[in-house]
Amino acid sequence: MRKRGRLGRHVAPGQPEADLAIQTHGLTKQYGSLVAVDKLNLAVRSGEIFGLLGPNGAGKTTTILMLLGLSEPTRGKADVMGFDPTRQPLEVKRRVGYLPDDVGFYGELSGAQNLRYTAALNGIERREANERIGELLEQVGLADAADRRVEQYSRGMRQRLGLADALVKDPSVLILDEPTASIDPAGVTEVLALIQSLARDNGVTVLLSSHLLHQVHQVCDRVAIFNAGRILAQGRMSQLAAELAGDHLELEVGIDGPADQVEAALRAVPGVVDVQPDPREPELWRVSGPQSIRDRLALELAARGMGVRHLRRIGDELDEIYLRYFSRDEGDRDHAA
Amino acid sequence: MTTPPDSLVLGGAQPDAGPEVGPDETVDRPARSRPPRLGWRVVAAKEFGDGILSVRLFILIALLGLAAVGAIYSTASFVGQNAQVASGTTGLFVQLFSHQASGSQVPSFAALVGLLGPLLGIAFGFDAINGERSERTLPRLVSQPIHRDAVIIGKFAAGLAVIGLVLLAITLIVSGIAFVVLGISPSPDDLARLAAWFVVALLYLGFWLAFAMLCSVVVRRAATSALAAIGLWIVLTIFAALLVGIVASYLAPVPADATLDQQIANTQLQLDLARVSPGTLYSEAADYLLDPTVQTVGIVPIEQQTDQRAIPSILPLDQSLLLAWPQIVALASLTVVCFGVGYVAFMRQEVRA
Repeated sequence: MRKRGRLGRHVAPGQPEADLAIQTHGLTKQYGSLVAVDKLNLAVRSGEIFGLLGPNGAGKTTTILMLLGLSEPTRGKADVMGFDPTRQPLEVKRRVGYLPDDVGFYGELSGAQNLRYTAALNGIERREANERIGELLEQVGLADAADRRVEQYSRGMRQRLGLADALVKDPSVLILDEPTASIDPAGVTEVLALIQSLARDNGVTVLLSSHLLHQVHQVCDRVAIFNAGRILAQGRMSQLAAELAGDHLELEVGIDGPADQVEAALRAVPGVVDVQPDPREPELWRVSGPQSIRDRLALELAARGMGVRHLRRIGDELDEIYLRYFSRDEGDRDHAA
Repeated sequence: MTTPPDSLVLGGAQPDAGPEVGPDETVDRPARSRPPRLGWRVVAAKEFGDGILSVRLFILIALLGLAAVGAIYSTASFVGQNAQVASGTTGLFVQLFSHQASGSQVPSFAALVGLLGPLLGIAFGFDAINGERSERTLPRLVSQPIHRDAVIIGKFAAGLAVIGLVLLAITLIVSGIAFVVLGISPSPDDLARLAAWFVVALLYLGFWLAFAMLCSVVVRRAATSALAAIGLWIVLTIFAALLVGIVASYLAPVPADATLDQQIANTQLQLDLARVSPGTLYSEAADYLLDPTVQTVGIVPIEQQTDQRAIPSILPLDQSLLLAWPQIVALASLTVVCFGVGYVAFMRQEVRA
């Protein structure tokens, strides 16, 4: 909760709504008839790690490019650290470190040389830059590889170099687009831990996008779930889960007995909306309905003399919440990843 | 360096206390980043460094250097053998650069630059923008606090500087050889003409650089972009005369019993059409500038050629410049238009493919 107590002290340059590092009002981007981002209202508080969660093609990168002033919104407004990215892109870019999706470096230059170029583009003096680059490479664990050509780096190393690169300008806001995409699980854990510690040590607001729920859940204070250019929900992860589940319960039930009798018995329980055989386990049934069915089901079956061998609540696990937000095919792909 | 005026210092924190800020200090320190006033210079400096150390530079220097040395040696030895004819001629030194030894297959140095020079421009431009795209460095580059045009301006400036350096090096080597072989030192007028020619040649190579960069903006793949640029180069070098001939004979036909007027009209049209090509513009300007005896590259009626009153005279440099001026201006405009189209296309492109 590091940011909470401090919000009062924060003042963004020339900005009345002081505790918000990033906000958008009705931000919209259209490519012809395709609406990539649709009337987006986003509010990222200063100092927090905010996750943009959604499948590929949901409009996350487009949103990020608009926040950086690299793409012009069709309608609506964005505000980053008190500046309008469309009108004052340079002021925004001075304060925002950006790690693009699938970041690239000049392969024939060394890691340190690549960062030095970034420093020069930010008008940081050579001596100051070298000092800072040394520190950052140390922080991301690339001090030993600093003078090796980037073409010899592994993906994970590149990603970590990308984090260092985004921090060279000592940003107030860090925007990370899919920071963990295409690196191996060990690397992912490492990068996520790094993001957390960098955000804490450097006191930076972080906006990160991902299609991987568990990772977002691991590091983010708050999350916006994003699909087809719209925000479906915004808030703390636990809050979202509760909100989404609502008065809906799905149970996995295992009962001994002939299938037709069991099905009839389950359907007879008051409140039960649907009964389906489990697609994989022929012994199991999936029963859905309001929260109240949980108690009734046990009673009802006991009254009929049927023993409940297995009862498990499903649907409140993160992945299942996540999947419910998205259309099936996209969800499956992300789930598999 | 002091704090930029638009940033705030909070809670007594020092402006540059960034890395020392503890975990509980919330953010809003002033940005460390102070955007360079001339962002294109930073881009140009980096690109220039890359260009100077690139393999392609060495390949091109070797290729052009050898060809140039061959050309000048051929001309110089020809002149050397006919020293009597040459002695006393003004502007002899510069003529070494523009005269093809009679009976030799080797073109003059100036013609060689016209022929092979475009390769230099293409080599340093064909992957300028799409290279950044395919390396995925473009989003990172344009998210730094520089204006987007700094990227394309910086790259053009750096490319031109590298090309200029190559051209200068080769010209100096060639001059040295000419000096040694013939033992004549250039007069101040020779040097001025050479300098004027150098500027025109650079403009000509600049056109090819701008065209290659335009290709690199419009075409997504570097290989395709190189092919497009080299394609135009070859078409203009090899097929231009053929195409011009065909178009001219269609627009101003020369029947079997053609009158003199018809023939002149046809030839004039061919000359005008050929001037669409930067190569023609360059070679005409180079002829004027490197050979003080050239008074026209247009049609010279036979009676004037034999007219004893037209004394073959040596033109002063300013007169040669005046003659070459339309070509120079046309060359400059072609370059500017090419760069301008690439610039606008780049500015309107989405960062993401």
